[in-house]
Amino acid sequence: MAECHPVGFQWVMEAKARGAKVIHIDPRFTRTSAVSDTHVPLRAGSDIAFLGGVVRYILENELYFEEYVKAYTNASFLVGEEFVDSEDLGGLFSGYDEAKATYDPTSWGYAGASEGSVGKGGAGGADKGHAEGHSLGSGGPSVDPHTIQRDETLQHPRSVFQVLKRHYARYTPEMVEEVCGVPKELFLEVCEAVTANSGRERTTCWVYSVGWTHHSVGVQYIRGSAIIQLLLGNMGRPGGGILALRGHASIQGSTDIPTLFNILPGYLPMPKAGADESFESYLDTIRNHEQKGFWANAESYSVSLQKAWWGEKATVDNGWAFDYLPRISGDHGTYRTVLDMNDGKVDGYFLLGQNPAVGSAHARLQRLGMAQLTWLVVRDLNMIESATYWKDGPEIETGELKTEEIGTEVFFLPAAAHTEKSGTFTQTQRMLQWHHKAVDPPGDCRSELEFFHLLGQKLRERLRDSELERDRPLLDLTWDYPVDEKGEPSADAVLREINGFGPDGQLLNSYLQMKPDGSTSGGCWIYTGVYADGVNQSARRKPGSEQSWVAPDWGWAWPLNRRQLYNRASADPDGKPWSERKALVWWDEDQAKWVGHDVPDFEGTKPPSYRPPEGATGPAALAGDDPFVMQADGKGWLYAPSGLLDGPMPVHYEPSESPVRNAMYHQQGNPTRETFARKDNLQNPSAGEPGADVFPYVCTTYRLTEHHTAGGLSRWLPYLSELQPEFFCEVSPEHARERGLEHLGWATIVTARTAIEARVLVTDRVVPLKVGGKTIHQVGLPYHWGVGGDAVVSGDAANDLFGLSLDPNVHIQESKVASCDIVPGRRPRGPELLRFVEDYRSRAGITVETGNQRFTS
Amino acid sequence: MDLGKTFLSWPVVRQLTGDDPLGRGKAAQSARTAALQPRTKTADRVVDSICPYCAVGCGQKVYVKDEKVVQIEGDPNSPVSRGRLCPKGSASEQLVNSPGRVTKVRYRRPYGTDWEDLDLDVAIDMIADRVVETRNRTWQDLDDQGHKVRRTLGFASLGGATLDNEENYLIKKLFTALGAVQIENQARI
Ligand code: SF4
Repeated sequence: MAECHPVGFQWVMEAKARGAKVIHIDPRFTRTSAVSDTHVPLRAGSDIAFLGGVVRYILENELYFEEYVKAYTNASFLVGEEFVDSEDLGGLFSGYDEAKATYDPTSWGYAGASEGSVGKGGAGGADKGHAEGHSLGSGGPSVDPHTIQRDETLQHPRSVFQVLKRHYARYTPEMVEEVCGVPKELFLEVCEAVTANSGRERTTCWVYSVGWTHHSVGVQYIRGSAIIQLLLGNMGRPGGGILALRGHASIQGSTDIPTLFNILPGYLPMPKAGADESFESYLDTIRNHEQKGFWANAESYSVSLQKAWWGEKATVDNGWAFDYLPRISGDHGTYRTVLDMNDGKVDGYFLLGQNPAVGSAHARLQRLGMAQLTWLVVRDLNMIESATYWKDGPEIETGELKTEEIGTEVFFLPAAAHTEKSGTFTQTQRMLQWHHKAVDPPGDCRSELEFFHLLGQKLRERLRDSELERDRPLLDLTWDYPVDEKGEPSADAVLREINGFGPDGQLLNSYLQMKPDGSTSGGCWIYTGVYADGVNQSARRKPGSEQSWVAPDWGWAWPLNRRQLYNRASADPDGKPWSERKALVWWDEDQAKWVGHDVPDFEGTKPPSYRPPEGATGPAALAGDDPFVMQADGKGWLYAPSGLLDGPMPVHYEPSESPVRNAMYHQQGNPTRETFARKDNLQNPSAGEPGADVFPYVCTTYRLTEHHTAGGLSRWLPYLSELQPEFFCEVSPEHARERGLEHLGWATIVTARTAIEARVLVTDRVVPLKVGGKTIHQVGLPYHWGVGGDAVVSGDAANDLFGLSLDPNVHIQESKVASCDIVPGRRPRGPELLRFVEDYRSRAGITVETGNQRFTS
Repeated sequence: MDLGKTFLSWPVVRQLTGDDPLGRGKAAQSARTAALQPRTKTADRVVDSICPYCAVGCGQKVYVKDEKVVQIEGDPNSPVSRGRLCPKGSASEQLVNSPGRVTKVRYRRPYGTDWEDLDLDVAIDMIADRVVETRNRTWQDLDDQGHKVRRTLGFASLGGATLDNEENYLIKKLFTALGAVQIENQARI
C-alpha cells in the first residue's frame, strides 16, 4: 500500500501512531513492509491456504464474534443434503463435470431450496459458458429466503457454521507452513493479532489489491478474507471491512459505469443470448420475485437506464427498447478478444488510455494480435508501445513480424489531460470527485468525451437514411449534448443524465424515486443522488478540517453518499452500537430513525424490531436486523450457496503453473479455471508433470511507486524515469549463488512463452521459502517497462513472460504467479531468441496440452 | 549610498554579523534569489483538480498562468490527501507539459513504414467509415443456434480506467447502441 497507494498509506501510519498493529503479508518486501510491525513473506499463489488457516484458527479457538455471526451471517442456515465438500472429493465439490471442467452448482444450495431458487449463476453456469459469475454484478445470486432452515445453535452438522468448520479443519498451522512457507510461529502471530484486535471494542481491516486478483482463483482469495471478516464481526464497522485498493484514477468508476463486456451501468447484467429473450425474463434473472433486498427493484433501475439512452423511443409497448441491447454469449473479455484477434476474427480496435503491448498478460500475444487488425485507433497522451509495435516491437527484432507486411492502419489521436477537461473520477472508496478544466488541450488533443460525441454524430450522419432495424438503436439514441464554442460537450450535462430525472424533469435525489413505468430516467442508478437538490455533489470541497472524520461534505460516494457500506452492522441487532468506541450509525428511539456519523445504509425509519410480514419481498422483506441489504437473504455469506463458478467456499489450489505439488488435495489447480490450449499460449509443466524441473522457480510481478502500470503516464516523464530508469529483477542472495547471478549484472528469465532480460538486484528483501521440504526461490519483476522507441526509458516487458489462464468468475489473468527459469547474462537477440526459448520448450517436453489439464484428481 | 553595492552586502559580512553564522540561510541568498517568487504566487488562477494516477484520489491545485499549467500542488483541504502528493502526483505538471507529449494526429497507412500527418477531422471521418464498414460486414442478427444477438464482434475497445465517468458513459452508450460488446478496460486486468 505504501508502494502503490502512498498517500492513502498516511492513514495507516496515523493508525500505527495511535497504537494499531500493521501486518504486511506479501511475497515481496516493500516500503509497506519497511514500516510494518511484521512482514510475512509467503509463497506467491498460496494465500487461500493462509486465509483458510486463519479461519480454522478462529473456529477451533472459538474466537468468532458470536452475536454478530448468529445475527448477521448465514452461519445458522442449513446446506442441502446433496452437497459434498471438497474435503471428501479430493479437492472438488459436488457437481463437477470433468468433460466441461465446470460445476453444476445445484447441490450447493440451502436445504429446502425450491427448484429454480438457486437462480442465476446456478444450473445454467455449465452450459452458458464462462460469463455467468461476474455478470451477476453486485446483484449477487438469488436465493429464496422463505424456505431457509436454520439452527440457531450452530450445532447442526449441515449448518453453514459446521460445514465451514469441517472444510477448514486441515488448514492447520503446520499445513500453512508447508504450503505457504510461513513458519508456524509467524503464522500464529498473525492469527493472534487479528483475533485480539476484533470484537466489540476493536476492528481489523484487510487491504488487498491486484496481488489477490491476478490469480486463476482470485475471486476466492477475496472470499477468504470475507469469511474471516464476517466471523470476526468486522464488516460494516468503522476500521473494519475489506479495502480493495484500485490502481487507476477511475477504475472504480469504469466498473460502476462499465466499459466492460458483461455489465451495464450500475451492475445490471448485459442480456445473454438464448436466455434473455424478453425484458421480463431478463429481469427475472436479476430479481427473483421471492427475494429480499434492493435488487428486487431492478426493473426500476433498468427501465430508467433504457429511458436515459433511448428517451421516448423506449416505451412500454416495445419492452422499453430492450431489444436495442446486443446480447452476449459466454466470454467476450479482453483476453478472449485478443485470441480472436490472433485468429484474424477482429477487424478494429480502440485503445483508450491503455497499453496492452506492455500492460496485459502475454503481452507478446497482444502485439501479435494487433498486427492482425485491419485498423487500430490509439488515443493517448504519449506514443505508447501499443501504437508503435509495427515498427519497433520485440517481434520486429526477432523477425516474426515485418513492418512492410503488417497491414494494420493505425490512427494515433492525442488525448486531453485531466487538467484539460472537466468530469468525475470515482476513487477507490466509491467516492466521485469532480475535477475542473484548467486550460484548453493543445493542438489536436481532445477529450474522450469530445471524440466519442463527435464519432457518434458522424456515425449517425452516415446511417441517417438507413431503414435497417439494426441501425435503430443508434439513430434513436439520445445524443444531444450541449457543446461549448470549441465543440467540447458538457460533462455536467452527461453527469445530470447519469443522475437521472423525474417525471417533471427535476433531477432525482435518490434511486428510491426511480419507477418502472417509464416516468423516470437515470444512466446509472447507483449514481443517482450525485446531483441531488440540483447541486453537483461530486464538486463539493468543504475542507476536511471543517467537518467530521467521515467528511461527508467532500465529493460524493455512491450509494446516496454512504461512506461505509452495510454500516447497519456497526450496531447490534437492537440498533445500539456494539461499543461506544466503534459507533458509526445507530437507531434513535426518540426520533424513530437511524442516525449517526455516516449516512445509514438501511431504510431510515425501519426499526431494528421490524419483522417482515408473511410473503413480503424486496426491501420490505428485510428484517430490522438484516444489514446486508443487497443480499437476497439480507445476510453476510460465510458460504455462497450460488453465484460462484468454482465453489461455495475457497479451496487451496496451486497456481496454473507451479513447481509445487498441491499438498492438500489430489486436485492440483483450480478445476474450473479458464484455459486456452493453443500453440500461441503454451504453459510450463507444473509439479507432477514431466519437465517441471526445467522451470523450478516462481516469478511474480508488481509495481513501483514511481511508475504507473504499463508506463504510459510515467515512462515519458523525465522526473519519474530518472527515479526508476531500468527494468530489474529481485532475487535473494541464496538464489543468486545457486544460479550465478551478479548484483547489477544481467539475468535472463524464461518461460514457455519467451525470455526477457533484466538487471539483477540481489537483495535479502527476497527470502527463500521452505515449502514441502524444498527450498523455493521467487523472482520479483516490476512490470512497467516495454520495448519501443519513444519513451524516456524502455526495457523488456515482464508481462511477456505470462501465459493466459483465467479466473473462471471474472476472466482475470493469473499474472501474479508463474513458474520460470533464470540464468545469468543477457537474452539472445533476433531469431536466436526464438531458438533459445524453443530449446527450453523441447527440454521440458511442452505440448499444447501441457498445463492445461484442469481435472487432476 | 547604495548599500547593496558596498562590502556590507557581501555574504561573508552578512554571515558574521547577522543571525545566520553558518551561512546556510539568508546570509547566502543572492538578490536574484530574494526576488524570485514561486509560480504558485504569480499564477493567474488556481483550479481544483484530482490526481490522474491512482485511485487514492488525492486533491490537486492546478496553477495556471497565461493559459498554461505552470504548477500542480496537493490540495490541503482534501480529507483524503491533506495536501500530499506522491512522486507520480507531484510529477503531474510534467505529464501535462511533457516534452514527449504528442499533440498532432499521427497516421500509419497499411504496410507503411512511418507515421504521416493527418487532419483531425479527416481522421475521425476515416474512423467512422471503418466502424460502419466493419460493423456492416460482421453484423450478426442471430447466433448459430438461432438466438437473437444483434451485435458485431468485428471491433473491440480497451480502456477507461484513466478516463472520467462521463467519458466511460458515452463510450458504453455509443458502443452498445452500435451492437459492439467487446468493450473492456483495466478493471479486467
Ligand atoms: S498523488 Fe500518488 S497516491 Fe495520490 S492519487 Fe496520485 S498517484 Fe495516487
